[in-house]
Amino acid sequence: MSTKSIGQEFTKGLWDENPVFRQLLGLCPTLAVTNAVINGLAMGMATSFVLIFSSLVVSSIKKFIPSQVRIASYVVIIATFVTVADRFLAAFFPPISKSLGPYVPLIVVNCIILGRQEAFSSKNTVGRSLIDALGMSSGFVLAMLLLSAIREILGMGTFLGYQVMGPWFEPWIIMLLPPGAFITLGILLALALQIERKAKSWK
Amino acid sequence: MELVAIFVTAILINNFVLRYFLGICPFLGVSKKIDSAISMGLAVTFVMTITAAVSWVINHWILIPLKLDYLQIVSFILVIASLVQLVEMFIRKISPPLYEALGIYLPLITTNCAIFFLALMASLRDYSFLESVIFGVGSGLGFTLAIILMAAIREQLDLADVPEALKGAGIALIVAGIMALAFLGFSGMIK
Repeated sequence: MSTKSIGQEFTKGLWDENPVFRQLLGLCPTLAVTNAVINGLAMGMATSFVLIFSSLVVSSIKKFIPSQVRIASYVVIIATFVTVADRFLAAFFPPISKSLGPYVPLIVVNCIILGRQEAFSSKNTVGRSLIDALGMSSGFVLAMLLLSAIREILGMGTFLGYQVMGPWFEPWIIMLLPPGAFITLGILLALALQIERKAKSWK
Repeated sequence: MELVAIFVTAILINNFVLRYFLGICPFLGVSKKIDSAISMGLAVTFVMTITAAVSWVINHWILIPLKLDYLQIVSFILVIASLVQLVEMFIRKISPPLYEALGIYLPLITTNCAIFFLALMASLRDYSFLESVIFGVGSGLGFTLAIILMAAIREQLDLADVPEALKGAGIALIVAGIMALAFLGFSGMIK
């Protein structure tokens, strides 16, 4: 059982235990679909939806799941919500669904979601699990937004499709390609670590 | 000819790690030593080949005839999880030394997104049975190539003077970025 206050339960997902920058989880979607802000945002939302509902279900039925088959049960619960998200995007936002492609079904194997079920929802109350899932999702969406904003602004000179750079700006095409994703995330991770070290030395 | 194209594309051009960002967790986690990188690569190749074959059979003999293709996500993930379990038991019986060598990496493959992506991609692209298997072998070898290259670089990196904050995942991702840049050079090879 977690002993943190409700507020801490939420904010730990934003920085201290941020899934991307601190725990290095869920890097595949973080790298793959952040070439434009709209894709990053959609992916963040879809993952949040799956995480929140899986946490709710797992924490409410945790007493009925035998511990030998718990991983398989979690995976089936997660896969169900992923199917819902996948069909929803395909039905209402076909262009986004098309540009995210097979990365939507891949939410099933996103380690953030399975990790939270195993580490948190299976041991805590429904309310706490919900707060935890909300915090982790916000942390994930923030990371996706940050990375996709950097890549879209430098790679195309736009933000959410609006021109933000002047006509003098020469787009860095490489930021839209796979190498740009790796290098940007590497630098951001180093920055996060540096901020953490500075913060520690002030305390 | 078609098969050769699929094979080479899967290894070099559409490399799972450097082009599709799949299997980043083992790619960063198990690439500190060349030996373990080789074991991990071979384990993934092995499971990928079998997954490609089994998921094709499930997809074309069960899901498509019964019009259940919306169940693909759930059934593929279950197939992979049980397959890894089976392969683990099988290897332990047939070849204990190989089992020892693969160790903890074998169960971890279940959560490897590359395997799941492979099953989805083969069904999305409508590959025939043989094409799926070739795609599986090629993708596995591509992963093996990337992780071995990465391990070789990281063994050298241990001796280098890296800024404190970049140590670990930071520098590994930047190295991966430069490798991805180099692999972009292959993209003109096959039209």
